[in-house]
Amino acid sequence: MNTAEFSALIFVGSCLAGFLGALTGLGGGVVIVPMLTLLFNVDIKYAIGAALISVIATSSGAAAAYVREGYSNVRVGMFLEIATTIGAICGAVISIYLRAPVIAVIFGAVLLYSAFLSYRQKPHARGQVETGRLALWLQMDGSYPTANGREAYHVRNVPQGFGLMYIAGVLSGLLGIGSGAVKVLAMDQAMKLPFKVSTTTSNFMIGVTAAASAGIYLSRGYVDPGLAMPVMLGVLSGSLLGARLLTGATVKVLRVVFAVVIAALAVEMIFNGLSGRI
Amino acid sequence: MSDLEATEVVRSAEQRMDEWMGRLLQGGVTLAAALVLAGGILYLLRHPMPMNYRQFHGEPQDLRSIRGIFENAKALNGPGLIQLGLLVLIATPVARVVYSVAAFAAQKDWKYVIITLIVLGLLCYSLFGQA
Repeated sequence: MNTAEFSALIFVGSCLAGFLGALTGLGGGVVIVPMLTLLFNVDIKYAIGAALISVIATSSGAAAAYVREGYSNVRVGMFLEIATTIGAICGAVISIYLRAPVIAVIFGAVLLYSAFLSYRQKPHARGQVETGRLALWLQMDGSYPTANGREAYHVRNVPQGFGLMYIAGVLSGLLGIGSGAVKVLAMDQAMKLPFKVSTTTSNFMIGVTAAASAGIYLSRGYVDPGLAMPVMLGVLSGSLLGARLLTGATVKVLRVVFAVVIAALAVEMIFNGLSGRI
Repeated sequence: MSDLEATEVVRSAEQRMDEWMGRLLQGGVTLAAALVLAGGILYLLRHPMPMNYRQFHGEPQDLRSIRGIFENAKALNGPGLIQLGLLVLIATPVARVVYSVAAFAAQKDWKYVIITLIVLGLLCYSLFGQA
């Protein structure tokens, strides 16, 4: 296999990952690491470096649109980014000391859990929510566009959200993923933000979180240009295409299919990690 | 004033900030993709056989440091240009945070100026803090 063929294959795989990731809202990053390690026999450290880069590309691209439409809560995002960047730096530093099979097993477990979360993901019950004291001090309440114009909402449980965001950051830095599932969990379930605001604010934060660990990965030599090039361009074009096609009905079926694929990849990562094949 | 009206007042001040932020992110990603594509073409032309990725060796020093990447990119070296594109990509969210500091300062929202500066400090630590 020459370089052009190798790059083309990775490009096509990454494109598909980005496409499905955007269509289902799960992000393409989670499939990149298993794809590179299981299919292309790439060392997991190179795979994580390339995946992290693709995560920054897709999240910044998508966030650009959401921010302009006024869905994301920039204040909530900024404040919680303190937690995710500290976590991301910790995660990237921890990963330097972990052996490849250990990272593979952790990766598989997190993948299984996020497949489960996304499968079951439903907005928290909407009811009268009172603004928390810290949220009030930080002026976090906001409004977002709905079918009947902009609707106001309240924010609470900031400390719990902050704690969960730290964990999301560690996972992102350790595994090269966006950990959008955990971020949405923190904002929707804990802090009671509307679901649409949670997902778009999560997207807004993913770029900064990933950038915090990407700097460390780059200076440690984990980011290979020959590998990152097809992955970044593939995931970016795939997710742009997916975002264009984003419409209701078929997405539900795709979501289930994608969750099953992710679960299967997770099991294989764990198996290969335990049997020392990664 | 109702809740909605109250948030609407803040909203109009923030709307412009949101739009500029969106443009900044879009521009950064587009520039990064163009650099990676250009570098990728050069790379494919000059490297007929792919590297062995099965074992981790780590990148050479000059593709890890900001200065080395700039020198390689100036010499129109494929991998150097790709790494420069990736640096631009990493810098894009950082630029967004820098912009937020200025935007919150213009709104005289000092609480958020401090919060944003903390995030910026953490990002700079990760980008420049490693020897």
